[in-house]
Amino acid sequence: MVIIGAGIIGAACARECALAGLRVAVVEADFVGGGATAAGMGHIVVMDDSEPQFALTRYSQQLWRELASELPADVEYMACGTIWVAADEQEMQEVRRKHDFYGARRVPTEILDPRALYEAEPHLRPGLVGALLVPEDLVIYAPCAARFLLRQAQARNCDLHMGTVKGIREDGVVLQDGSVLQAGTVVNAAGTWAKELTPGLEMRPRKGHLVITDRYPGFVRHQLVELGYLKSAHTLTAESFAFNVQPRITGQLLIGSSRQFGVEETSVDNHIIAGMLARACQYLPELSRMSAIRCWTGFRAATPDKLPVIGKCPGHEHLYLATGHEGLGITTSLGTARLLLDQLLNRAPAIPLEPYLPGRVMETAHA
Amino acid sequence: MSERSEFDVLVVGGGPAGIAAACCAAEATPRVAIVDDNPALGGQIWRDEPAPSTSQSAIWYQRLARLPVQIIAGTRAFAQAGPHILVAESEDGVCELAFRKLILATGARERFLPFPGWTLPNVMGAGGLQALARSGLTMRGKKIVVAGTGPLLLAAAAHLRQSGAEICLIAEQASRRHLIVFSVRLVCHSSKLQDALALRRELAGVPYLTSCWPAAAQGKEKLESVMLRRGAKTWSVDCDYLACGFHLVPNTELAALLGCGVEQGRVRVDDLQQTTVPDVHCAGEPTGIGGLELSLVEGQIAGHAAAGAPDAARGLFAKRKGLRRFAAGMDRAFALRPQLRSLPQADTLVCRCEDVPLGRLREHSSWRAAKLLTRCGMGPCQGRVCAPAVEFLLGWNVESVRPPVFPVRVESLTTTVTGAPPTLS
Repeated sequence: MVIIGAGIIGAACARECALAGLRVAVVEADFVGGGATAAGMGHIVVMDDSEPQFALTRYSQQLWRELASELPADVEYMACGTIWVAADEQEMQEVRRKHDFYGARRVPTEILDPRALYEAEPHLRPGLVGALLVPEDLVIYAPCAARFLLRQAQARNCDLHMGTVKGIREDGVVLQDGSVLQAGTVVNAAGTWAKELTPGLEMRPRKGHLVITDRYPGFVRHQLVELGYLKSAHTLTAESFAFNVQPRITGQLLIGSSRQFGVEETSVDNHIIAGMLARACQYLPELSRMSAIRCWTGFRAATPDKLPVIGKCPGHEHLYLATGHEGLGITTSLGTARLLLDQLLNRAPAIPLEPYLPGRVMETAHA
Repeated sequence: MSERSEFDVLVVGGGPAGIAAACCAAEATPRVAIVDDNPALGGQIWRDEPAPSTSQSAIWYQRLARLPVQIIAGTRAFAQAGPHILVAESEDGVCELAFRKLILATGARERFLPFPGWTLPNVMGAGGLQALARSGLTMRGKKIVVAGTGPLLLAAAAHLRQSGAEICLIAEQASRRHLIVFSVRLVCHSSKLQDALALRRELAGVPYLTSCWPAAAQGKEKLESVMLRRGAKTWSVDCDYLACGFHLVPNTELAALLGCGVEQGRVRVDDLQQTTVPDVHCAGEPTGIGGLELSLVEGQIAGHAAAGAPDAARGLFAKRKGLRRFAAGMDRAFALRPQLRSLPQADTLVCRCEDVPLGRLREHSSWRAAKLLTRCGMGPCQGRVCAPAVEFLLGWNVESVRPPVFPVRVESLTTTVTGAPPTLS
């Protein structure tokens, strides 16, 4: 089989398939983990927007936890947990709803009252009403994780080809230089570029900005996310920001997040950075005096229903898709790989496959 | 909300090129300003210089003082707020600097090359140690080895000697043959020759070894000795400091951020010192290391051109041509020898901010891959130290720039005047 793309999704698929004994070739145009994988936060988080989103994020998170002891140090695995911060009573209701939702599905969570919240995160602004702690959420450094996953594949039965795929054929893929990599199965895991190779895929690039600070060890201990996040991140409007701060193992703080549709330039937009940082400073006032070292952007591959596309491409016996992970690709990479292999081997999956099958986001399917 | 000021000509950098540019611009147009991140003007070369009133710097300072040039000191331009607007940070906050014409005179910094032990305390940049001596670090009786390459080694050595230090020796990696060719050119530039002769006199009795370079810095807690290599011979010299620099690297980050073409580490300019971006000029070291005289001439040309007086600028072209030829000769004379690439070992740190040794960089194929997978160049210096070294050691293209071009306070990135105030969802 040929996998197009050595981002975290392609790398995870390569590992899963190679470990199962398949002969794998991965084609990468730039370098391993160099696209959206490198641009994101690396937050391994359980989400509850929908049942399928929950199922895949939870399943994948457990796979990450199983893999934890094998991860090399540069993956910077940190079981810091997530704290969903409630600014008002409405958001506190959301805390309770989440608590019940997760509790019913055996995900441990803990409701924090203000005292417990400030004990956990003393630098948050006063006046917050509470929070939900999700202790099993974690953080990794995704580019190195992608490299680790691919190396495990390479140690078994996988070759990495540097090159750009120009087209997908019945018998494999054609590279830019005209050469052909023959394979019985092709997996398009090219992230935001997947659409160029598989036309008709309903997927849009959704731009994000991030900022990283100098080192302030211990200033923040958990990944902190506002519950207003729900109002901003999961609407498909043009432009939104939310407070989302992650402690890195280096002591640095990674500050997000923003979402924009309809923007294609990779350049940093001062206006977005300003909005995003202003939001972060509202929650962590001392942040404003800290030193910001770098800003960057990246593009998430967003589908209309915010679920990834995993499985056989309608009308093509040999072509599979593994893309459209929006902002959750790092989290769901391992689950995606497992579900892909289940389909290739006709195995029973651990969670229902149907919600992620490509048919729902292929334009031909709606025609 | 930040303050907004508007200028006909805004000069970034208050060294010789910036001062000359501001003077020439202000003689023709009213609203001219210099923004500089240091509290005082002068740049690396003139700042803190004990200035007798006849010196070249004094003449320029006096000329500047007679003109209505606004000096915005202690303020660092770090990003672009929009077309023709820079954003800058100071102790007090953020300001927006709008301009009709911009002149980038952002100077140069020392190039460092890694070798075993180069991160030991008391291994310093030659210019850096000179600056510390100026700001009061006592040099009396200290033994100093000066090593690396370039004419600044002599200037640093002379100054450190004046401050009371004992210069054990000066190790210049360039060969004697290259330097002789360069000296012949020096004879054609009488002022440069005089400077060189003056330095020679000040350094009388100090061994100046060509084709010689530091192979390792040694010591337990801090530097104790330097291992030098010359031909097949290596030997150790005990010392308190190693003042080490491998010539200069142009500061092109702000130009690159503004979209100006940068080639081979230099900002591309036309005859009138205009970059590939309209209304943005560049003068001095960022267009190629050329030294003080060339910086002054380029600054004047840029100043005249930005103020709409191209004829005055043209009058300086011939002088610039001669100085550029001299600069090209200097580049050849002090070109880094390939043997220096084999100085660092696999475990020698290349990136000091993020503790990345050379061996880990060698696993990668490009600067971007190495940055993302090792964090090389991702620390607070933003690769200013390691990127030029990596370019030399591994031959990678290291040009990549993102705002802010300097680390800034988070709050400085939250204030914008231009564009609508951010709406919070």
